[in-house]
Amino acid sequence: MTAMADTATLTRPAGPAAAAKPDAAVSVRGICKTYTDVEALRGIDLDIERGKLTTLLGPSGCGKTTLLKIIAGLIDQTSGEVLVNGRAVRGPGPERAFVFQDFALLPWATVMRNVAFGLELRGASKTEREEKARHYIAEVGLAGFEDKYPHELSGGMRQRVGLARALAVDADVLMLDEPFSAVDEQTRRKFQEDLIRLREVEKKTFLFVTHSIEEAVYVSDRIVLLSRRPGRISEIIEPKVDHRASPDEIRRDPHYLDTVESIWQGLRNYVE
Amino acid sequence: MTIAGWRVPMMASLLVWLVLWEIVGRTGAVFLIPPVTGIVEAGIRLVQTGTWQQATFDTLRSYGLGMALAIGIGVPLGVLMGRSKPADKLLGMWVNLFVSAPLSALVPVLMILFGIGEKTVVATVFLFAVWIIALDTRAGILHVPKSLEEMGRSYLASPVQLYGKIILWAALPEILAGIRLGLIRGVKGVVIGQLLVSILGYGALFELYSRSFDMEHFWAITFMLFAAAMLLSSIVEAFEKRIEYYAGAR
Ligand SMILES: Nc1ncnc2c1ncn2[C@@H]1O[C@H](COP(=O)(O)OP(=O)(O)OP(=O)(O)O)[C@@H](O)[C@H]1O
Ligand SMILES: [Mg+2]
Repeated sequence: MTAMADTATLTRPAGPAAAAKPDAAVSVRGICKTYTDVEALRGIDLDIERGKLTTLLGPSGCGKTTLLKIIAGLIDQTSGEVLVNGRAVRGPGPERAFVFQDFALLPWATVMRNVAFGLELRGASKTEREEKARHYIAEVGLAGFEDKYPHELSGGMRQRVGLARALAVDADVLMLDEPFSAVDEQTRRKFQEDLIRLREVEKKTFLFVTHSIEEAVYVSDRIVLLSRRPGRISEIIEPKVDHRASPDEIRRDPHYLDTVESIWQGLRNYVE
Repeated sequence: MTIAGWRVPMMASLLVWLVLWEIVGRTGAVFLIPPVTGIVEAGIRLVQTGTWQQATFDTLRSYGLGMALAIGIGVPLGVLMGRSKPADKLLGMWVNLFVSAPLSALVPVLMILFGIGEKTVVATVFLFAVWIIALDTRAGILHVPKSLEEMGRSYLASPVQLYGKIILWAALPEILAGIRLGLIRGVKGVVIGQLLVSILGYGALFELYSRSFDMEHFWAITFMLFAAAMLLSSIVEAFEKRIEYYAGAR
């Protein structure tokens, strides 16, 4: 609870529901990471609430990707531990799925095989995995593109394939490392809206890394602000954006704009 | 090629040379150059003989065995070098040395090791082809995007799946390029090996015809070898083109 107290919550005081101990899908405990001579992360403590979308935001090189990959089990921490569903992480697991910044699609495989690839690796039968893959291909808006190859798709469409692949393995926690950084602004907005919708439909825990303050405020339930290297948690913000409103209304909403502005001010303290 | 504004196809220029050769041959001025028609006739007679068929069979067998070994060892060697820094440091020096070394000089040593026979020819083919295959495979493995491997690990690929479904496929364009160059070097290997051993396959025929100054037969098998090497290289090239579409998209 002490962590909650010094957390600057910008918005309404927490209601009675939030007072109950939140159910953490991922718990990060005292994570430190030092590459050979670079200290990337120092003492990260963080609970990532189940069913919510949490965003890691911070200056370039502050260790966002490092933290995400430690949680994914792709790289080892120097000290500390990560618990997913209460169990310590010792490598990648079926309850976590990763969406890569550069898509990481198999160039020699069709959209169908790429989306079904996680299931293929798990030994699912062809009919079973294709049925699932077809569902998620439609869910990310790529129906009709099943037999195309990645090089026949635009950047935005490729990332949808990456997203569908992560959804298809039915993990509890979805991790996305700057998934929209390689797509244009229009596609990006559409994506953000899709992400919000997906979060509501899929009831999964999303852990999201971005450079963009607007994007973070727009899509997140919770924003974790990291300081410059070595990365530490400097602030946790709950934007409380009402997603029932239309995207345009939200982007003009004074509350939304204030939140963006105050994060800016916070970041400026240590950018300068 | 164009002459006075006329497009002349490749085959036509070849024809000009053949006609020229025929004329020189007919004059009988140069003993080394018999008429082309004579060479063709000799070739047609030759392919019907048991000697030629046996020689061709022996040559193909040595070549096939040597290439199979070169691919079977060169590709894993390249993968090992691409994946493991210590192995790369340890082996890299030798592979780089051998890939450009004048290997013909080593064939006499091979003869001491393997005796005067097929084994030496197979070893020569292997020695000529294996290094470039290993080097190109290594380059391909180093080119595999890091995120593709991380993708495999995060979706729980077993080591066999990681190599069989991701890494080897991603490196395939370079591996095939290495194999194509290896196949061509292997032809050199089989010819040089057989010439030095000189009791086997085409080497024995070359030995026989040059010693008895039978220039018609000598040229006939020379042309056959040239044609075979060109055919082989263009077959692999056509195969490479077919998978290039994804290499470019990587
Ligand atoms: N494999 C590595 N070896 C050495 N240093 C590394 C390695 N990976 C990352 N770093 C360093 O660790 C720090 C944190 O890197 P990381 O990629 O986690 O930052 P990031 O917040 O994701 O940055 P960006 O916003 O640019 O993506 C950086 O200074 C980086 O140079
Ligand atoms: Mg990053």
